[in-house]
Amino acid sequence: MRSLRFIIPLLVFAALLFFLFRGLKLDPREVPSPLIDKPAPGFTLTRLDDATRTIRRDDMLGKVWLLNVWASWCVACRQEHPTLVALAQTRAAPIVGLNYKDTRPEGLAWLGQFGNPYDVSAFDQDGRVGIDFGVYGVPETFVIDKNGLVRFKHIGPLTPEIVQTKIQPLLRQLNG
Amino acid sequence: MADVLRSRIASGLLASMVFVFAAVAKEAPPAAEDPVLEKKMMRIAAELRCLVCQNETIAASHADLAADLREQVRRMLKEGRSEEQIVRYMTERYGDFVLYRPPMKGTTLLLWFGPVVLLVGGLAVLVIVLRRRNRLSDDRFEPDEPEAPDEGTTR
Repeated sequence: MRSLRFIIPLLVFAALLFFLFRGLKLDPREVPSPLIDKPAPGFTLTRLDDATRTIRRDDMLGKVWLLNVWASWCVACRQEHPTLVALAQTRAAPIVGLNYKDTRPEGLAWLGQFGNPYDVSAFDQDGRVGIDFGVYGVPETFVIDKNGLVRFKHIGPLTPEIVQTKIQPLLRQLNG
Repeated sequence: MADVLRSRIASGLLASMVFVFAAVAKEAPPAAEDPVLEKKMMRIAAELRCLVCQNETIAASHADLAADLREQVRRMLKEGRSEEQIVRYMTERYGDFVLYRPPMKGTTLLLWFGPVVLLVGGLAVLVIVLRRRNRLSDDRFEPDEPEAPDEGTTR
């Protein structure tokens, strides 16, 4: 059993290597959301384009929809914008924007300049609805099902790859 | 003559330094309305992690989100919520990671005890191996090379 003395440390080393490489792949910036499979937080906000009208979470019940948190001051939002516009054009799901800690003029000007993929944008000026959704790094995107449950959250700009591999299949599945 | 010049340069330097500092000095932050509430808020804030600058608490972080969350804690304290309710509010929205001190749970046992277990295990192996070697008779080991006064010569 002489080989045993060498095999055991080797196995321990291999196990440590395994954990090291797993750890290197994990991104601490991606904090898992505790909202997955839980009801999306309720909100009632005025619309970005019309302060006299409101948009509420409950308005979207019965539909599978995306909530995209954005702001005119957010550089990464500009990065994902073409992807979002392309997704909106497929009409796969309504996209509701959550305009986070912004001003109406700047938000509207940004949409005017870069294009508006949103069915409607909710105006969350003080960011409190953002806190309810656990927003910490704009942009963030949520997929919410017909019963109002959060099924998916993506932190950071959307890429065509994320849309193709994660979002579109999920939308197809939720739409039945 | 040189003395006068030196003192002129010194006072000129001093004056320009004052201007530079004045230019970068910010207004002092407004004093808190309620210092007792503020202290309570800071105490709770020191237990919550800023998710933007993840190694800092929201008490220490300068990030916008940290300021927003401090305001949220302040608001909840004014409403009369307990510290436990406030912490639960945060973990419901941001998950366990928002707690600066990892909670003691089934999933974090490895985090808390892993390093100690590995250390103790490693020390135990060392002690066992050394003890075992101590007991072996001397002929199991290579003899020490006797000190040779002339190392360079061939054997």
